[in-house]
This record gives sequence, structure tokens and C-alpha cells, in this order.
Amino acid sequence: MEILTILLDLANAYMGAGIGAGVAAIGAGIGIGKIGGSALESMARQPEAIGDIRANMIVAAALVEGAAFFGIIVCLLIALK
Amino acid sequence: MLNYRLDKASTLFFLLVSLAVLTSGNLSATEDTHADVVDSTAVVESHDGHSNEGGSHNEHEAFNAGEMIMHHVTDAHDIHLMDVGGHPVSIPLPIILYSTDDGLSVFLSSAFHHGHAAKNRYIIDHGHIYRLGENNPFATSESLNADEALSMGYTQENWGGVFAGEPGAFIDLSLTKTAAGIVLTVIIMFIVFMSIAKAYTRNPNEAPKGIQSLMEPIILFVRDEIAKPSVGPRYEKFLPYLLTIFFFIWTANMLGLIPFIGGFNVTGNIAVTMVLALFTFVITNLSGNKYYWKHIFAPDIPKPLYILMIPIEVMGVFIKPIVLCARLFANITAGHIIILAFMSLIFIFANQYGTGAGFGVSIVSLAFAIFMNIMEILVAFLQAYVFTLLSALYFGAAVEEHAHH
Repeated sequence: MEILTILLDLANAYMGAGIGAGVAAIGAGIGIGKIGGSALESMARQPEAIGDIRANMIVAAALVEGAAFFGIIVCLLIALK
Repeated sequence: MLNYRLDKASTLFFLLVSLAVLTSGNLSATEDTHADVVDSTAVVESHDGHSNEGGSHNEHEAFNAGEMIMHHVTDAHDIHLMDVGGHPVSIPLPIILYSTDDGLSVFLSSAFHHGHAAKNRYIIDHGHIYRLGENNPFATSESLNADEALSMGYTQENWGGVFAGEPGAFIDLSLTKTAAGIVLTVIIMFIVFMSIAKAYTRNPNEAPKGIQSLMEPIILFVRDEIAKPSVGPRYEKFLPYLLTIFFFIWTANMLGLIPFIGGFNVTGNIAVTMVLALFTFVITNLSGNKYYWKHIFAPDIPKPLYILMIPIEVMGVFIKPIVLCARLFANITAGHIIILAFMSLIFIFANQYGTGAGFGVSIVSLAFAIFMNIMEILVAFLQAYVFTLLSALYFGAAVEEHAHH
């Protein structure tokens, strides 16, 4: 029962929101890091394709960032309600 | 595409001026909460000698960053430009209310005198409109204390009540700041694209000039990089919608970055992005051919997997537009909040540690805010591109002709 009362404490909702936002940022960082890393590698292998690779890298990064933003918005809603 | 080479000095000058303009706007944004608090004399016209409105405001309330940010990111019933000497300066917008008792009320938001007067028994308090009871003395008095007036009973916006004919229920159909932003975006788009269309019909075989040559590469980009490869051979049917959605989202995003005009947050409003995603959803499913529906309800997989795949596919039909909506909303709103938060840092430090700390932090804060504003310009274009690209991919999946294995 102790755990339940601790979990239901409102203050912990704020802490959860903070931790959640941090984890979402980590997820975005890992995802975009992987995209950037493999993009740079392939640019080094094939310099004539740099333009195409750059465009696709940015698109993929935007999609991954979208997922991270879900988490951020949910955490923001928790923190502001 | 031709390469235009600008003179280096004029390019640098343009960049510096735009950076200065982009960031200075955010500075005026933060004066908001301070001046709002000293607003007992904020009423402009008919109220003289109002020194203390019910004593509910201090002369110097601490700067509340959360409140300031929320005020800038959420919708409002007028376009608040700035506060001059404690008086809020804003562009009034039409308030349109329909109630079961009195029918339609249309008036400008200036009738509310920034929350200091009632009109037709309606008052506005912290962005919400309430209707006072019939015998409420504040309904006709010159001075309005919102807390006291509300404590005597009020009704709120009530859609169910209006449709059921409940007395005292009303609905709010006003043209709010976001809706005014949409109208502004549409006007800009009409001006630009109608002049381009006229130029093309008048001189069909001449080289483009002026705004035509600015927009033509972008229009061709949407057609050749987004529509053709993603939709396939039937792209022309969807091209008008894709172009419209691309330019609307881009223009609305850029509108949100312009300082000093009141801070529009069109695409940062989930209702707006939800409608855009709804358009994509409706068009995708209305133009789905039998292969599209077959992929969802009877895909080419072993029968036992149907129990897993069909719910996933059906959910996917709804989740994909929802994701489009949330991605655009979250990106734009998060960008605005970050910029506002950086500028708030200055005032938080100044209040906590003295003005010197505020000045020191302002250098760092300004640098980050400039960087974020530049990033937001990229994000404005990128989010429009991603929304359009994904819509085009969904259309492509809907009209795909299937070469059976």
C-alpha cells in the first residue's frame, strides 16, 4: 500500500513528466545519431551522391523527431495540468 | 534552376537585419506579464480614476514564465501586440456568440475593454467568455471585477445545452487569433498565387519574372520530388491538394515566427493540424482502389496471421493521419516554447539574482534564441515538406495498381 500511495502522489507526476521528457530526448538523440552516422559514412563512400543522401537524411530525421515530440508533448501536458 | 548570386555585402546586411528583427520581437513578448499586472489603469476609454481594482493585483508580481509562454502559444480573442505604459495595445477581433436566450451577438472584442466591461451580459476572464446571470449588477455597471461577478453565478460555453435548447446556454463562434491567422495565411496565398497564375496565362511562353520566378522552382520541387515519385503515374489528380497543403503549412509556420504582429500560432493549434490531417484521411480513403482495401482486409499472407494483421492495418488507417497531425503540432509548438523559454531565462535570472545577472544571461540567451529562430525557419519548411510527402505516399498507396506476383 505504501507504494500505491507514493505512486498516486501528484508530485511524482511532475517527476515522471520530467524523466519522460528526458528519456524522449535520449530516444531522439540515439535515433538521429544513427541516421546521421550512417548518412555520413555513405557520403564518404560515394561523394557524388552527397546531395541525395543529405535530403533523405533530413527527412528521416524529421520523422524520428516527430516520435520524440509525442513524448515531449505528453510530458508537457502532465506538467501543466 | 538558375543560380542567383547576391552581392556578399547585401547578403550579410540582410541576414543581420533579419536576425535582429527575429529576436527582438521575443523581447517585447516578455514584458507582457509585468504590464498586465499593473493594469488597474489599463482601461482606455470610459473609466477614470481607477486606482485599485479590488486589490487583487500587486504592483510588481514576479515574472511567471509558464504563464507568459502559455499566453503566447494558446489562442486569444484579440491580437495582443504590446503593453504601452500599462495599457495593453491590441487589435480587436469579432466576437460571435450565439445563445438560446438572446440569439446571435456580434461585436468587436474591444467592447470587453480587456476584461473590464461586460457586453450583453458576457464577460471575458483570462481568455474565457462567461455569461453572467440576469440580475447580476456587474452586467450594466462601469467597473467589472471578474472574480466577484463570476461568484454570483455564470454559464459557460455549452454546445450540448444550445442544441438541446437549454436557457442560458451559449456557444462561442468568434474569429479568434488563430482563425485570423488562417485568414491572413489564405490572403497571402491568394495574392501570391493569383498573380502567378495571371502571369502564366498572360505570357505563356515567356521566361518567368518576379514572384513567378521565386515560386516556380518550389512548385516544380513539389511536383517532381514529392508528387511524381510518391504518388506514381496518377499524380496530377492530387497535385492541387498537395501544393495547397504544402504552401499553407509553410506560410502558416513562417507567420508564427514573425515578431511584433501579435504572435500567431496557427499550425501550433491541434485543431488546425487535425483538420489538415482529416483532409488527407478523407482523400486517401475516398480514392482508395480495390487493391488498397484488399491490402488492409485481405492481404497476401497465411490465413492464421489475419487475426493479427487486420486490426493492425485498420488501426494504421486511422493512426497515420493522427500521427501527421501530432507531428506538425508538436514540432511547431515545441519550437515556439523553446524560443520563449530562452528569452524568459533572462527575466528569471534578473528577478532571482539581480539585473546584472540578467544582462549577463541575455547574451547567452540571445545567441541561443537566434540559433533556435534560424532552426525554426528550417523546421517550417521541413514540416511542410514531411506532411506533403507523407500525404503523397498515402495517396500513392491508395491508387497503386498492383502487379500480382
